Amino acid sequence: MKYLNEFRDGETAQKLFREIARVTTRPWAMMEVCGGQTHSIIRNGIDQLLPPGIELIHGPGCPVCVTPLEMIDKALAIASKPGIIFCSFGDMLRVPGSDKDLFRVKSEGGDVRIVYSPLDALKIARESPTRQVVFFGIGFETTAPANAMAISLAAKENLTNFSVLISHVLVPPAMEAIMRSPINRVQAFLAAGHVCSVMGYWQYPPLAERFQVPIVITGFEPLDVLDGIRRAVIQLESGRHEVENAYGRVVNFDGNKPAQQMLENVFEITDRTWRGIGMIPKSGWHLRPEYRNFDAEYKFEVRGIVTKESPLCRSGEVLQGAIKPNQCSSFGTVCTPRSPLGATMVSSEGACAAYYNYGRFIQVEDLATACPVK
Amino acid sequence: MCLAVPGQVKEIFEQGGTRMGRVNFGGITKEVCLAYLPDIVVGDYTIVHVGFAISKIDEESAQKTLQMFRDLGILEEELGVEPVAAPLSVSGP
Amino acid sequence: MSSQIDFSSWTCPLPLRDYPNIVLGHGGGGKLSAELVENLFLPAFRNPAIESLGDSAVLRVPPGRLAFSTDSYVVRPLFFPGGSIGDLAINGTVNDIAMSGAQPLYLSVAFIIEEGLPMATLGQIVDRMRIAANSAGVQIVTGDTKVVERGHCDGCFINTAGFGIIPEGREVGPALAKPGDAVIVSGTVGDHGMAVMSVREGLEFETIIQSDSAALNSLVEAIFTASNDIHVLRDPTRGGLASSLNEIAAQSKVGIALIEDQIPVKPDVQSACELLGMDPIYVANEGKLVAIVSHSSADSVLATMRRHPLGIDAAIIGTVISERPGLLSAKTKIGGTHVIPMQIGEQLPRIC
Repeated sequence: MKYLNEFRDGETAQKLFREIARVTTRPWAMMEVCGGQTHSIIRNGIDQLLPPGIELIHGPGCPVCVTPLEMIDKALAIASKPGIIFCSFGDMLRVPGSDKDLFRVKSEGGDVRIVYSPLDALKIARESPTRQVVFFGIGFETTAPANAMAISLAAKENLTNFSVLISHVLVPPAMEAIMRSPINRVQAFLAAGHVCSVMGYWQYPPLAERFQVPIVITGFEPLDVLDGIRRAVIQLESGRHEVENAYGRVVNFDGNKPAQQMLENVFEITDRTWRGIGMIPKSGWHLRPEYRNFDAEYKFEVRGIVTKESPLCRSGEVLQGAIKPNQCSSFGTVCTPRSPLGATMVSSEGACAAYYNYGRFIQVEDLATACPVK
Repeated sequence: MCLAVPGQVKEIFEQGGTRMGRVNFGGITKEVCLAYLPDIVVGDYTIVHVGFAISKIDEESAQKTLQMFRDLGILEEELGVEPVAAPLSVSGP
Repeated sequence: MSSQIDFSSWTCPLPLRDYPNIVLGHGGGGKLSAELVENLFLPAFRNPAIESLGDSAVLRVPPGRLAFSTDSYVVRPLFFPGGSIGDLAINGTVNDIAMSGAQPLYLSVAFIIEEGLPMATLGQIVDRMRIAANSAGVQIVTGDTKVVERGHCDGCFINTAGFGIIPEGREVGPALAKPGDAVIVSGTVGDHGMAVMSVREGLEFETIIQSDSAALNSLVEAIFTASNDIHVLRDPTRGGLASSLNEIAAQSKVGIALIEDQIPVKPDVQSACELLGMDPIYVANEGKLVAIVSHSSADSVLATMRRHPLGIDAAIIGTVISERPGLLSAKTKIGGTHVIPMQIGEQLPRIC
């Protein structure tokens, strides 16, 4: 695929590893914000080949992982209502709520359908006018324009059987919360490239200045990630803390204006609780009052949700980069992708799942005698 | 988050007042909403996330980046530096 | 239901045309059932055993070890690019039998049909089964039909069971992989799963990807002409290459190390996987096999496979090792190594 395969070239990757090693003279800890970047790092074994001093702290940029537990429980409650067609991205199907997940709801008779795009859910609503269709609108700023369009079109068409359960989270407030945290060790950020393709990166210079951290807008393919790391190291080594765009083929300073306009029309900022992290003020979006008819939270009575998180789950500390997944005692034992305690073990790029799936539970001493994972 | 895949716009059309397109992703064609890229034309490359084109690919920038990668480490190659080996290792704490 | 299969040569036979749809009576054992058997199944599966119409098929079987397999087919939709439930039902069981090194002989077929299924749909499925069985050189010698009420099954479910005889000297099984063995795949992976995905509601995309459904028994025979040192044969259906190799690694108590770059994937399949966030190594195949063979026979087995129409893209993709028993790992394009785990349930498209 053009503009994809070229950025996976093995030989160039080797060059970039050498270059990073050449410019690194001291240990540095940086955070890749986006879960897709985490996935790429672990899947390609990038962290295995970096010079020993470079530490990648996996950020909370996995909307599946940080969707508030209460929102998951609301989704489960709505999906369980008879007659509802509940549409969702595949990522959400196995995320555990307080007591079950969407897959369980499906097996118990709920009409849960996986879609590729919110427009597919809208199509289902048009084709099934007698059924209520609800779409689970999760995601960061990258996904918000798509959800906004679906709602906007539904409003234009006066559909009465379509609504969205919105749970959007925003990246810059999360980055700020991370930098303010007393346990923070992050010295530089690899910012989320696709979020920035929508929002631009005009929000970052004040952050870079306030917290004295380099912020490099980074893509997702191995060469993009390596280039982001390279630039971050160069800045750190020379004591700079600027915003740099390493994903110029997709990102520009202003971002996508038509998309931002739609976001402005449909959403308004709200406080949001991030699963595992806690409440971050003004870190989410919800629907504007004029779209209340399309807001599934208002449309369906989902009161009395009592959330119950596993006491053993340390997702929050993983999400904030305080611990690595394999430092959690439940990792690989009580908590596995088959029976996850928290969301970071479910999503393919939740740091815990990425670690588990790509072999980080194997300690070096055990390599010779590792047994199959149950 | 944000799995977004590059593809080339093959066709643009209107559907119920919304700007839509057919985008080719390495042989696979899918209908994509182009409403957020009003200036994009057939033949352009774009990044698509959940059925929406969110950014036009700046092909010049892409080529510049690839050229920069090619230029990197030319000196090291001339000196015959060994590639970075990867033992099956574990990222330690 | 989209399909590139051409049914123009098939017409619905009398008296079945009196019933454009299947009704409960077609499964009731009475006149309607008999009509279905006489007019649809018998003409398609013509052979002496089935025509005797006994409660069981009586067969004379050559001596030797018998390999016996069964599988049920519930694919949705019933027709997809390059294939149908009918193709899968025959080829799938033929392949399972062949993966023991056996030469498939006879199959049974049991249908569970939803009331209301168009007769023409059933006819087309049966026609595909006829073609597949003839192509594989197997006979369908006994069968059953049940009809359930509307809504109680997804159009049509099919079970096939069958057996074949394993020629003496062949010892093949999932626990027989040895360190040093070569891992060979017969062709590109992920074709079938992505062909079905392309017509799945909510995820549709336009593509030329076709299911690779095929009977592999003749390829298996070709492999044994190259060498008898064949340790494991497996057709990686649900769960793809990753699941099959994980199972073999566990049962043989060995590690398997792949080289990602060597795994053949059609560019379109790769693109479709990129689009949906899936990994071809976990996607189902219906016309491919994995052969784990001794190191010394690898090259000749590979050459032989490549001369066979179903093995032109065959490739050596890895090695069996003694380290990390039970684990499947792969060297990535950029030089890292990662473990390929068993997936939990079905692989799902993702946005993240």
